Order: sequence, then C-alpha cells, then structure tokens
Amino acid sequence: MKFRLTALAVTVAAATAAMPAMARDNIQIAGSSTVLPFSSIVAENFGKTFPQFKAPVVGSGGSSGGLRQFCQGVGANTIDIANSSRQIKASEVEACAKAGVTKIIEVKIGYDGIVFASRRDSGKFALEPRHIFMAAAKEIPQDGKMVANPYTRWSQIDRSLPDQEITLVIPGSNHGTREVYEEKTVIPGCKTFAEVKAMTDDKAVHKFCNAIRTDGRVVEVAGDYTETLARLDAQKTAVGVFGLSFYDQNRDRLQVATISGVVPSEATIETGKYPVSRPLYFYIKDAHVGVIPGLLEFAQYHLSPQVSGSGSPLDKAGLIPLNAKERAEVVKAIKDRKAVEVK
Amino acid sequence: MNKPNNQGYAAIEAKVKASLQRRQRQETRFRLVGVGAVLIALALVASLFGTILSKGLPSFWQATFEIDVHFDPEIVQIGPKPVQASGESPAQFKERDMAWQMDLGFVDFSQLLVNAIAKHIPAAADSPRDAIALITSGEAFALRDRIVADPSIVGKTVKLKLLADANVDVWLKGNIDRSLPDDRQQLSAQTREWADKLYADGVIKNSFSTAIFLNTDSRSSLAAAGLAGAFMGSLMMMIIVILLAVPIGVASAIYLEEFAPKNRITDLIEVNINNLAAVPSIVFGLLGAAVFILWFKLPMSAPVVGGLVLTLMTLPTVIIATRSTLKAIPPSIREAALGIGASKVQATMHHVLPLALPGILTATILGVAQALGETAPLLLIGMSAFVSAVPATPFDQSTALPVQIFLWQGNELRNFFEGRTSAAIIVLLALMLSLNSMAIWLRKRYETRW
Repeated sequence: MKFRLTALAVTVAAATAAMPAMARDNIQIAGSSTVLPFSSIVAENFGKTFPQFKAPVVGSGGSSGGLRQFCQGVGANTIDIANSSRQIKASEVEACAKAGVTKIIEVKIGYDGIVFASRRDSGKFALEPRHIFMAAAKEIPQDGKMVANPYTRWSQIDRSLPDQEITLVIPGSNHGTREVYEEKTVIPGCKTFAEVKAMTDDKAVHKFCNAIRTDGRVVEVAGDYTETLARLDAQKTAVGVFGLSFYDQNRDRLQVATISGVVPSEATIETGKYPVSRPLYFYIKDAHVGVIPGLLEFAQYHLSPQVSGSGSPLDKAGLIPLNAKERAEVVKAIKDRKAVEVK
Repeated sequence: MNKPNNQGYAAIEAKVKASLQRRQRQETRFRLVGVGAVLIALALVASLFGTILSKGLPSFWQATFEIDVHFDPEIVQIGPKPVQASGESPAQFKERDMAWQMDLGFVDFSQLLVNAIAKHIPAAADSPRDAIALITSGEAFALRDRIVADPSIVGKTVKLKLLADANVDVWLKGNIDRSLPDDRQQLSAQTREWADKLYADGVIKNSFSTAIFLNTDSRSSLAAAGLAGAFMGSLMMMIIVILLAVPIGVASAIYLEEFAPKNRITDLIEVNINNLAAVPSIVFGLLGAAVFILWFKLPMSAPVVGGLVLTLMTLPTVIIATRSTLKAIPPSIREAALGIGASKVQATMHHVLPLALPGILTATILGVAQALGETAPLLLIGMSAFVSAVPATPFDQSTALPVQIFLWQGNELRNFFEGRTSAAIIVLLALMLSLNSMAIWLRKRYETRW
C-alpha cells in the first residue's frame, strides 16, 4: 500500500508536470459578492454577443479575497480581474507590485445603495444614523460617561420609532458592505454625541463607535443576503441590512426604512441625497492585456450604456449607473490603460 | 435456615408480581419510545420531502410563450452568411464568419419579439418596455442562434417556444401576492395585465420546461437558468473518481487484506485509513487548494481538481468497504484454491476477487453517491464561480450540482429561485436515489451466487 501510494503520487506529479502551463482563453474574475451578480450578467452577455470570445468565469470571495488572489502574480493561473465594492488600498497596490503586478487599471462601474429593511408585517422605521449607532453600540455616551448600551426597544431610543425589540442583522466583517454600513451610518451617528466629538484620536473614535453589543441584539451574518432574509423570516421584529437591488427584488416581503427622511431609490442615490451608498469597481491586470483575449473589450463592453446605462440589464438588476461624464472618464482610462492612483 | 411460612410465600409472590408488572411496563415504555423515534424520523423525512417536492415540482413547468415570430428582414438587416471562398485560408474565413456573427449580435431582436406580441395585443407596440418585460432576455440570443444555424429563416414566420420572464412566471403561478399594490410588484401594471390576457388566450402556457435540464446557469436571463453545466461538471468529477478511487482503493484493500504481513506498520496504515475516513470533507478541499492548485498549478474551478479532491475523500470509503467484503469471504475458498496448487495471486484473482465483486461494486456506488453530494471541498477550489458555458474538458471551469443548488439558494429573486432551488434538489436526489437503488439491485442480483 505504501509503495502503491508513492507510485500514485509519482504518477500524478508526472502527469501534471507533463501538462504544459495551459494558456487560458477566457477571462477569470473573482472578488466582491456585491459586484458578482452584475459581473456575471455582463460576462454571460459578453460571451453571447462576441462569438470570438469565451464567456468570462466569475468567482466570489469578497473584495479583499479577490484582491488578494489578484495580487498573487502574473500568469495564466492567476485571475485577470478583481471585483471590489471598495477602492483598492495603497497596501494592496504595494503587495501587488511586490508579486510582479505592477500596473493595475481601475474601472468604476456604478453605484450601489445599502438599505435597512424590515418585514412588511412589522413596524415602519424612519431611521437617523444616530438611532442606528444607539441600537448597535456596545457603549453609549451618557452625561459625559460611557455606559453599557441600555436600550432594548427601538422606542426607548426615539419615541418616533416602533415599540419593538431591537434586533439588527448586519453583514459580517468579511463583507465590503460592513465597511460602508459603519462609515456612512454608525460613525456619523456616533459623532453626534458631544462626548465623541471631544475625542481627539480618530482611531479611538472608530474603535469606540464600531464596537457592537454582544447581548445578541446585533446579529452578524457572514453569508449572503438570503441568510439575512431568513433571519427576518424567523424573527418578526428584526431589522436587516440589505443591498438596494436585493430589497428591490423582494419588495413584496420587505419594507425599507428611510434614513434621515430620505427613501432609498435609484434617484435619491444618484443625486447623493440618500447617504448610504458607495461606488463599485473592478481592477484589470494590465500585464494580461493582449495575453488573455478580450480583456479590454470586456471592460469597454461593461461600460457601454447599453450594458450598464439607464434602462440596461445592469440597471434592471439594481446597479445605479454612472453619469455621462464619469462614464466618459472611465472609458478613457480603459482605452489609455491608465494605472490606478491611490490617495 | 427457616422455612418460609405462608405469609412469606405471599410476600414473595407479591414481590415477583410487582417486579413482573414493572418489567412489563418497562417493555411497553421502551416499545413506545422506539415507535415514537421511528415516527419522528419518518415525519422529518416526510416533511423534508414534502416541502422540497411541493416547492420544486411546479418549477419543472414554466410559463412559456408559443408565439409566431416573424423574422422581419427590415429589422434583421444582415448580409448573407459568409461562405468560404476558394483560395481563402480557414483563418481568414473564420474571421469573416465571426464578423458576420458579431454584426448579427447587434440586431435589435427584442423588436422582433415586441412585434410578435403586438399581433396579440396591439397596444404592445406603443409601450415596448412593458412588452419586452414579458419574455426572458436570453431569448433574443436564441433568435440570433436560429439565424446563425439557418440564415434562410430571415423573412419567414416561425412558431417558437419562448420562455416567459421569471417575474411573469412568478406572477402567473401566484408566487407573489397578486393583491399587492404596484409599488410592491416586480412587473408594471401593464405587463401584469398583458400576462394575464396572454395566459387566458393560450399564448402563454404553463408547459414542461426543458430549460432546467438543457441550459447552463444564467444570471441575465433568470427564467432560462438550468443545470446542464453543473451536471457535466459533476459527471466529469464522478468519472475521475471512479477511474482513480476504484483501482487504487481495491488494490490497496486486496494487498492489505490478503498479502500484507500483520505487523506494526500495517496496523499503523489501517488506523490511518480509518482516521482518513473520518476527516471532515472541507479539509480535503483545503488540501486540494494547496496541493493541486497552488503547487501543481492546475486550473481553478476545474472538474479535474474537484475529481482529485473527491477521489481522496472517497478512497478510504472504498478501501474499508472492500476490505470488509474480502473478510466476509470464507477462508475455505482460499484454502481450497491453495490446496489444489493455486498460487496466492491466483487464489485471490481467480476466486476471492470475483466473489467480492458485488460488494466492491456496492461500495463504489455508495462512495460515488457520497462524492456526488459533496459541496464544501468544492467551494474551496473555486467551483462556486459563475460559469455560463458547458465544460468541454475536465480542465475547463465548471460548477457541480450541489454547488449549483447553493448558488441558486443565494439568488436575489427569491420568489422564483425558491422553487428553482428545490427543483435542482429534486434532480440531485433523483440521481442519488437511482445510484443507491442500482447498488441495492447489484447486491441482490449477485449475492446469491454462493
């Protein structure tokens, strides 16, 4: 048996070594699960529209996971495009450069909104960032001191909110969405307190504001939005954090909360009135352009108004389109193969 | 020693009776608990199958248009399909053919569909947006493929079966509350009204859908999403598992059982094989990602890697089951063979192995069935990617059936995909059950031979 296993190992190793590093003829994409549905639609239609190119393959793995894979190096067994629901970080550009990925092209594809929604048969919410912070925080400033979060019902936070138990279902820290949720709602809400304003160290502010209570009233979900929805199905009073497009396709079950009086919609996000939104990106490995067929064509196809403009398939799927000026800028960056600049 | 008096006997009798009653009560209790346990198990299985079947079965029937489509040459303005000229190299011809196909891709096929609907509902021509929402978007490409296959179709009118949009299907089946106001519906009021009218007129029928079997996964045309790609991926992996796990597993088992000396080393190997069988499958996925993808540089998301990982997972099952089959063969068979002068190899190959074959077959099928349903290790080697093509070789990217279920379960359009997911589960369960019944049939058929 031992000999046989060794023999097997040798055969397998020989078989794989004999196989030449196969040149890929389709684009490989990985990354953000928020961008994935959009990317998949474009990939599918790209393959069908251009008979000379194969349809790209779109994997998930989260924004950070995708960029990490992206930065593994250059070659057919590394991915060509990383999807991301946030901009690439300077540290990631550095890591990429170290592995030989020296030039990266950034493509912004549109915007995405994040909404707070509850079941149709539970209370209707008109939230302020301050309410969200007070519902989720571990400690709350009270008369100059930080005390453990005393709130158990929404109505205790504000009279205008429904008189029901606090249960807030938020995305886990593996999601890019979590970052937006914190940056656009929790931190601004937290900073309305004089005690927090008085803090000088920005890092300490973030640490204090983002600390979530651990008494079970805040639930972190590592899976996708269907898991969040399942939580709401199980618990009538729960309030969940969803992507706008997910809410939109399940409007019959969910009702959306206003933030600072603004109803989230394509229009309010496009104009910037609704605060909780973010741009979505993908990143192209410049070294693969011309090696993997169809890379720049895919990017240009992605940015064409018929694909991602208003009334397009991506628009219908919930992506908030770029305006004409932004679109022209991104298309020019693709054509010029402009390297990404990170602040 | 005192003889017990009458009173003493009565006491003993009472004691025995009491204990008898107690023991009988105990037995009844035990039986009730047993029956209860079986009933609970049955109820759970019934409710599981009940929910899956009740949700999934209707999904095999889908809202489908049966409609005359006129391939209007005014709209399909396209030159003749290129023909290879004499003296033209295949590459040049291919380039021209590609260019022609691409031109065809930019034809406004949705206009053809709107015109087809407008024949039944004249008002559709005036609000094409509401009309085109009735038909799933991928059918525009289906029209193109028809022209590619047969360019002479341009100018003709053909009766076609076209899938309705996923939301139309949801609406007609009542999977969304039909009484909800407009702002909570997915379709516009106009589209809903037309869908109902076309359904009443028999243009849209709820007919058996082959799409779920013949199409690959789709994100842009949800109604057309199917299992073909995942099925091929699973099939390739199972072939790899059978080709690798069976010879290696059976050879190891025969060696260990029939030839290997019983010493510390073989004991150690045996313990390790048993341990391997108990390793959680996700660990094999981690191993696969590290060894096959990072080290051997095999492609991500490819059935070849999935097959190798599942082979590793199935191997201990096959070895252990084969060994127990070999153990069950009476030593008299071996002794008789050896006694008339057969060598040890001959005794094993000519007598023991044929008798063990049904058991080995059963073990293989059960191992394969287990591998077929495995999801976790496949996620780690990237087989959860969105792939919109059927894999042609094991080195192409692909998904697998259980992973496809996982992916559909996460789709945003819950009203449509709850049913679709259950339908995929039914397909997977049907495959599993047929594999298992094949195992039982083989066992029953061959075990009577000795």
